[in-house]
Amino acid sequence: MSPSATAGPATALPATRRLPAALVALALALAPFVLGPYAVGTLSRILVFALLALSVNLLTGLTGLPTLGQSAYFGVGAYTAAIVATRITDIGPLQLLVAAGVSALVAAGTGWLAVRARGVVFLMLTLAIGEIVYSAAVNWKSVTNGTDGMSGIPPVVPLPGMPALELDGLVYFYVLAVFLPLFAALSRLGSTSFALALRGIRDNEPRMRAIGYPTQRYALAVYSGAGALAGVAGALWVSVQRFVSPGDAGFEIAALALLAVVIGGSGSMWGACAGAALVWLTRDYLGNLEAIAGRGPLLLGLLFVIAVYALPRGLAGVRIPHRLTRKRTA
Amino acid sequence: MSRWLDGNFVSVVDGVAFGLLLFTIAVGLSLVFGMMDVLNLAHGTLYLAGAYVAYALSDGTVTGLLLALLAGVLVGTAGGAALTFLTQPLAHRGHLDQAVLTLGITFIVADLLAAAFGGDVLPTDPPTALRGTVGLLGHSYPVYRLVFIAVAAGLALLVYLVFERSSLGALVRATVADRDMVRALGVDIRKVLYGVFAAGAALATAGGVLGAPILGPGPGVDETVLVLSLVVVVVGGLGSVRGALAGALLIGQVQTLGVALLPEYAPFLLFGTMLLVLVVRPQGLVAPAVRA
Repeated sequence: MSPSATAGPATALPATRRLPAALVALALALAPFVLGPYAVGTLSRILVFALLALSVNLLTGLTGLPTLGQSAYFGVGAYTAAIVATRITDIGPLQLLVAAGVSALVAAGTGWLAVRARGVVFLMLTLAIGEIVYSAAVNWKSVTNGTDGMSGIPPVVPLPGMPALELDGLVYFYVLAVFLPLFAALSRLGSTSFALALRGIRDNEPRMRAIGYPTQRYALAVYSGAGALAGVAGALWVSVQRFVSPGDAGFEIAALALLAVVIGGSGSMWGACAGAALVWLTRDYLGNLEAIAGRGPLLLGLLFVIAVYALPRGLAGVRIPHRLTRKRTA
Repeated sequence: MSRWLDGNFVSVVDGVAFGLLLFTIAVGLSLVFGMMDVLNLAHGTLYLAGAYVAYALSDGTVTGLLLALLAGVLVGTAGGAALTFLTQPLAHRGHLDQAVLTLGITFIVADLLAAAFGGDVLPTDPPTALRGTVGLLGHSYPVYRLVFIAVAAGLALLVYLVFERSSLGALVRATVADRDMVRALGVDIRKVLYGVFAAGAALATAGGVLGAPILGPGPGVDETVLVLSLVVVVVGGLGSVRGALAGALLIGQVQTLGVALLPEYAPFLLFGTMLLVLVVRPQGLVAPAVRA
């Protein structure tokens, strides 16, 4: 077995990576001064989607639990933030906190079922959870307004006393101000004993159990945490779009988030973000070019197919979780 | 109790019809994964393709329906063979790559179908001779659904006999248990792989042709069908014909009765059922087929 501990994801940045990281952060901070409004809006969406991909990466890359259901908690966070914003307060951090809390609770409840399984059965369960949340968004009209979605969401207020953010460029800074600390915190998390235990579960769960780790509890903890992160992404999505519809909780979002992680190289935080950007640009930009207008899904499908044959290890070249590559045994 | 049954009789029979439809679709998914170890997330797309074939060829006659069924089976067989060919290079790389590949195929085919048939759900009528209703224990019930129940029950029996009672089924199960031994007996393993995949896919497209009047073709139907099939397979137990049948009949009832009795909460009922089954029987209702 290859030395997975060193190939693992999300370790705290070594000194050689700190400079590039600082440069990327600086470039992101300066982007609105260079780019046009449409590009800035796209960049906001990419950052939100990258947060969702990071949430998938916590489960799929770090813990070896392939999920097709993170759209569920993204959707729960988005609807929660939309309800808080329209009925209670337009203060962003409060929306984020409530959305994270509600998403974590829903993730803990549903995850209690999902983490009973591993491998493909886990994938199937999360897919079913995602679809159930999607149909709840469609059918639970008294709360979600059904297929019409919720509109008329007021612009977000970053801190009490500050003006509401109406311009795309200002919303971008709000998104970035949430994204960067979360990215840094996740990097830190990678070097904790908790993350080591999760990697242990990914690589050899029976051994982890044998040496006394309550692996089920670890899996449920990371599942709930990833749910909270997806919920934060959902709440930011509402601040950017000022609208939420069942599609935001749908299968396509879940599939794209998993693809972003696989393309990026399962296990790498940078890979997940790069994958998210690639997937989102394919969908949002190439799909809108005039020559191939409306063929976005086709291009995404081709991207899936090409990526799986041509990039077996993803952009980051990190190996695929062992649990999924190992042959199933009865 | 009998008054309750009387009040919900139509929903219960609808549930049987929907359950048998789910079985026809899900059994292929279950066998291909449970026996051949290939995860096919394009399975719902096969149903959708079958349903569009039914829409394109249905002309109101029973002959048209049979023609559509034949065409659907051909499409399914070809699709299953193509999916076997595409997933084979990834066999040693595991299920996540199979998931990404088959999801990509789903996106491509769904987009092409939407380009060809438009973005609306297309209502597909059963043949004229099978329209209308008949009396059934004091209730009027659509003829087509009764015919569907009969045909699907026949298909279920056929699948059961072939996979669990015939020598062909024994060969497939032997291949699952010990590939090398079967190869040593002079059997071409690849033929078994292609055969099971093609048969499973053909069942899904046949389900699409026959099920089009019940769950018509349109964007998003592939996802709905895929998810319901996955739920059926998880609830029923992987890789077993009887498990797929038990899971499908249960989920069919939950879906139709849930929508009839508690429309707002139907999605949660589906999750609740899955939760309950998996807590009581983590392996699913029927234990998986014997594996190596």
